[in-house]
Amino acid sequence: MSGLDSLYQQLILEHSKIRSGGDLAELPAAAAGSVGTAGSVGTAGSVGTAGSVGTGQSHQLNPICGDEITLRLSVGTAGDGQAVTEIHWNGDGCAISMASASILSEMAPGMSPASLRRTIDHFRELMRSRGKLEADEELLQDAAALAGVAKYPARVKCAMLAWVAAEDALRQAEANQGVSEAL
Amino acid sequence: MVGQLLGDAATPGGLPLAIATYSYQGAPVLTMVSTPAWGDAQVSALDDDEVRRIRNDFPVLEQEINGKPLVYLDSGATSQNPRSVLEAEQEFYEQRNSAVHRGAHHLAVEATDSFEDARATVARFVGVQDDELIWTANATAGLNLLAYSFSNASVGQAGAEAERFALKRGDEVLVTEMEHHANLIPWQELCRRTGATLKYIPLDDAGALRLEEASRLMTARTRILAFTHTSNVLGNINPVDVLVQMAREVGALVVLDACQSAPHLPLDFKALDVDFAVFSGHKMLGPTGIGAVYGRSELLNAMPPFLTGGSMITTVTMEQARYLPAPQRFEAGTQPISQAVALAAAVNYLSETGMQRVALREAELGQRLVTGLSAIQGVRVLGPEPGEERTGLAAFDVAGVHAHDVGQYLDDLGIAVRVGHHCAQPLHRRLGLTASTRASTYLYTTSEEVDLLVEAVAKIRPYFGVTASGATS
Ligand SMILES: Cc1ncc(COP(=O)(O)O)c(C=O)c1O
Repeated sequence: MSGLDSLYQQLILEHSKIRSGGDLAELPAAAAGSVGTAGSVGTAGSVGTAGSVGTGQSHQLNPICGDEITLRLSVGTAGDGQAVTEIHWNGDGCAISMASASILSEMAPGMSPASLRRTIDHFRELMRSRGKLEADEELLQDAAALAGVAKYPARVKCAMLAWVAAEDALRQAEANQGVSEAL
Repeated sequence: MVGQLLGDAATPGGLPLAIATYSYQGAPVLTMVSTPAWGDAQVSALDDDEVRRIRNDFPVLEQEINGKPLVYLDSGATSQNPRSVLEAEQEFYEQRNSAVHRGAHHLAVEATDSFEDARATVARFVGVQDDELIWTANATAGLNLLAYSFSNASVGQAGAEAERFALKRGDEVLVTEMEHHANLIPWQELCRRTGATLKYIPLDDAGALRLEEASRLMTARTRILAFTHTSNVLGNINPVDVLVQMAREVGALVVLDACQSAPHLPLDFKALDVDFAVFSGHKMLGPTGIGAVYGRSELLNAMPPFLTGGSMITTVTMEQARYLPAPQRFEAGTQPISQAVALAAAVNYLSETGMQRVALREAELGQRLVTGLSAIQGVRVLGPEPGEERTGLAAFDVAGVHAHDVGQYLDDLGIAVRVGHHCAQPLHRRLGLTASTRASTYLYTTSEEVDLLVEAVAKIRPYFGVTASGATS
């Protein structure tokens, strides 16, 4: 596979068009009364059996190329623990950044916050490795297809954009969940 | 007062180099040309054989990228250096390195001579007097120098003679919607500091200045008109004569951003009749770290300095200082000496090659680019249509493929282009885009390189699985 083909694998080109989770613009805005820092939105939506749900939203911009993403993520109670219940985003950017957001959106629902964090950490390490690190395919699943990006330092930011947004949104979602629990 | 058309004459390639692109007050305005010499029928464009010889002078062009010969189409961002420029800088450090205007020893005298000779060479290149050329770090620093000097005048720092540069609430600064951020943000900031208002000449859908609007916006309130000679994205040439005439009628000062014209067109700032102009050395075969501001002598000597400190004073007491006349007045601190010397070597290289021949050559390459690229389905070239006047660059949008992916595809083939907003976000927004891909040529660009780019771009939409209609498959 040529360098270019390993960067733009079929899976990546497909995801860049499917854009799973890229429907944030069609959803109602998160409820007002947000807590936390600017850009974060806290809701106590999805009441019912699931227990308290926290939502966070993060906007990330890559000033070099103008890639942009707004990502919203919710955390709720699942079984004995916590899990990501929903993830939606809206963005504009290159095939790498759009595919990366799409893949993440298919992976994240059902993951515990701890395991999403572990996955993000590994993905970041992989991206920064300049191609020296092997992808943990079990952990990264489809996102392992983005491993080729690591050899193109100028594109790492594109691949990371949605993941950085998810990390930020997750932190806020948990904080907001704490708030609604305390109420 | 309309500039001479740069040739109804067809180029050797058979394409007309320029046609009227503007209409103003109901009549077509022929596009501005930089000097009458443009129309000189005796001068021919550089040909492919000459370009091949020129390439031998540029060591960086010899390399391969991903096993393919480098195709450097990013000279609009920064140009490459011929050996004579690299040698001039090295020779300076090996033989004459010293502070200038500060010592009586042998090396200091030699360094000062080289530095001032460099100024004279570059000044001549753009048609101005030696004492009208101020060294700066680059064009951005030059535009900030002007904006901050005006700002200092606005707080009454330089007395009555600086009044003409002072801005206050109710005054206006006029720019255009196509400006590089370097010729926009310093004026935004100047307005913010002084209470003046920033206005801009809008563009039509094709990206040309709306001159009717320009004449409506130019009023007695307009104090400064700042605009680019040629756009770094559109590749058009703005009608300097028309705009200068409008500014003169209302008494506004004219600042020309010559960043993209000084390297590519024969220039004469006096003939263009602008008050100030800026350019950058690294875009015209010179090193980074050097650029220049041109200002009419009487203006420079009435203008308060921006940076102050050593080397720009006559007498200093513990309370105050008196300043030298221009250019030293604006050159505080140790200057980019070896860079100035190297920039002089660069303009000598350009002069020896012949700027008219360079400009004609690039006009051909520009036409080759716009003709080839616009023939590709789904590719939209920004700026002038094929056959209309254009410099040697073309920025384009590939429907369904982000500019970053276009650039990546081309890089894999060893083709270096610029992707993004090219420091012109308002312009891209006006054209309904956030980013584009730009190919920009110079005197070392071959026709084959342009063809390689066009062939490669034709394969991009299929590679990314984008169908003909623009929808994705
Ligand atoms: C039209 C124009 N103006 C200003 C600049 C700024 O030049 P520099 O970055 O060398 O200061 C550029 C360079 O990109 C340009 O193309």
